[in-house]
Amino acid sequence: MSIFIDRGTRLVVQGITGREGSFHTRQMLEYGTAVVAGVTPGKGGQRFDDKVPIFNTVAQAVADTGANASVIYVPPAMAAGAVLEAADAGLALVVCITEGVPVLDMARTLPFVRSRGARLIGPNCPGLITPGESKVGIIPGNICAPGRVGLVSRSGTLTYEVVNHLTRNGIGQSTCVGIGGDPIIGTDFIDCLRAFQADAGTDAIVMLGEIGGTDEQRAASFVREHVTKPVIGFIAGQTAPKGRRMGHAGAIISGSSGTAEEKLAAFTAARIAVMRRPIDVVELLRVAVSN
Amino acid sequence: MNLHEYQARTLLKAAGIPMFEGDVAATPTEAEAIARRIGGTVVIKAQVHAGGRGKAGGVKLARNPAEAADYASQILGMTIKGLTVHRVLIVPAADIATESYVGLIMDRETQRPVFMVSAAGGVDIEEVAAKTPEKITRLPVDPVYGLFPHQALTLAFGLYREFAHVRAAARIMEQLYDVFTANGASLAEINPLVTTPDGRVLALDAKIVVDDNELDRRPDLALLRDETAEEPSEVAARRANLSFIKLDGNVGCVVNGAGLAMATMDLVKFYGGAPANFLDIGGSSNPEKVISALKIITSDPNVKAILFNIFGGITRTDDVANGIVAATRQFKVSVPIVIRLTGTNEAEAIRILEGVGMRALSDMDQAVEQVVKLAREAA
Repeated sequence: MSIFIDRGTRLVVQGITGREGSFHTRQMLEYGTAVVAGVTPGKGGQRFDDKVPIFNTVAQAVADTGANASVIYVPPAMAAGAVLEAADAGLALVVCITEGVPVLDMARTLPFVRSRGARLIGPNCPGLITPGESKVGIIPGNICAPGRVGLVSRSGTLTYEVVNHLTRNGIGQSTCVGIGGDPIIGTDFIDCLRAFQADAGTDAIVMLGEIGGTDEQRAASFVREHVTKPVIGFIAGQTAPKGRRMGHAGAIISGSSGTAEEKLAAFTAARIAVMRRPIDVVELLRVAVSN
Repeated sequence: MNLHEYQARTLLKAAGIPMFEGDVAATPTEAEAIARRIGGTVVIKAQVHAGGRGKAGGVKLARNPAEAADYASQILGMTIKGLTVHRVLIVPAADIATESYVGLIMDRETQRPVFMVSAAGGVDIEEVAAKTPEKITRLPVDPVYGLFPHQALTLAFGLYREFAHVRAAARIMEQLYDVFTANGASLAEINPLVTTPDGRVLALDAKIVVDDNELDRRPDLALLRDETAEEPSEVAARRANLSFIKLDGNVGCVVNGAGLAMATMDLVKFYGGAPANFLDIGGSSNPEKVISALKIITSDPNVKAILFNIFGGITRTDDVANGIVAATRQFKVSVPIVIRLTGTNEAEAIRILEGVGMRALSDMDQAVEQVVKLAREAA
């Protein structure tokens, strides 16, 4: 069992012929992901690596191949348009890897995505992986192993660091999701916590947060009220400087300062076991699962 | 990217928001000329990306052009919170009846631009937010439709009783929303929005922060960046496409990925050290980036030891290894380097490093403990 992706995921890659898109499509195919189509406007009718059919539009790709999820590797200026196209084509899951998407673009895109009942993961994220079944995005497959721990993270390489500790210590993962570090993202901690709580294949959850914003605090409240499975948490940036006060009150008034102390206090109040170092995940999970 | 007050004023003025006249000066002579043109008493304001300018002596009242020149020469070149003042803004000393606060911020939680307005504006707005948050009205705006006229009016009715003021303020709310969306801002703020005894409503001070992700498609906004207002090493890093923040410690850090970079700093602290910087070399790792990173870090005399922490995913660890070798051939690195790398092409990376007598660790904790020890011994 898993969340969001599994063996049944049939993937279309938007931007399949680009530098990032082609590299990671090969990695996904090698991992065993069912990449059924690619989209690059103007290159419809060709094949990627003599295998994957390329289409001019996502709608055409869906009609011809029965794709049910998309992953996006297009440049930032085109990313919002690519998300809209995927949602408009009826895909249930849209994963946007692209970094540097203007925040206002996302604010205007998300209401449409939701109106179509689609789930967006990202932007500016490493994607997700259900070990042994499907990988959508850029998380290295070789550091993951199938198992029963769910992981959700705002970071990329920090996720790899923690997953690597898990796998090397014999702890497999149900699904690992990188939700992305941007201010406005399609799927947040709470969405993933809810899915992991409902997933019969997940016994415990690891949540990797960062300073900034209030997502972790809200996630902690959700854990307190709705999550019965053990949760292990980490906040990166505990030693980051407070930042020069920029003389505008907005960030302070809106309560979006999001210090590590606030987040750790919220975790503790929700009985989330706090990792002080990435390696601590192993011991804390052993304790949590044996209780 | 933070805009200076005088730059924000230009954007507000272009949108039609009423403001007192004013101009920016880089020399006392220019300040004197502007003060003469404005006439009467003027305010000289330091243009620097830091709050509390007034309390730091960066805002002065000048009764005549000669005084304006005097104060300008005092303020220009002064340091406020570590930042040198290169320009001053000169505006008339206005006769003010009331001060309100109007801010617009891209809110993560509602995923919308949110207006925040308060009749209790001015320098103490942060205290108002902390102690009496009920005095601040919040209104999320649907970015698909924009600000509705009745929403602008509702916000304005929260500020003023006199309908002429309400109407004027509502218009300003709409104009501020236009400035926000047209320039891809993450924050646009008027503090204070004032009324004058003769019944006008004007913006007295303005702050705008532009979303960095807008700058690629908006070269006009990118031109507003003031590199003299930034730490020189941070400017060099941005030009090399590195994300870098200078800190006070002595352990230089080169990491791929922001989350791992922060976790690395935390771990340095955990093992009793102090990080000299945050540095994220990003995803793709051409050796040039590694060379730039090492140059920037070694230019900081506080740095006593350097840690590379690379978890190869998209980043190829052999690229990083090649960069380290090339950098140490180009210039002498006189402090010890500890290298931790694991992931993509790890075996090749280790071979490259061993070829020049360097070694790599694969464990993050071990590498951090070692670099902290080396930095302590050298200090």
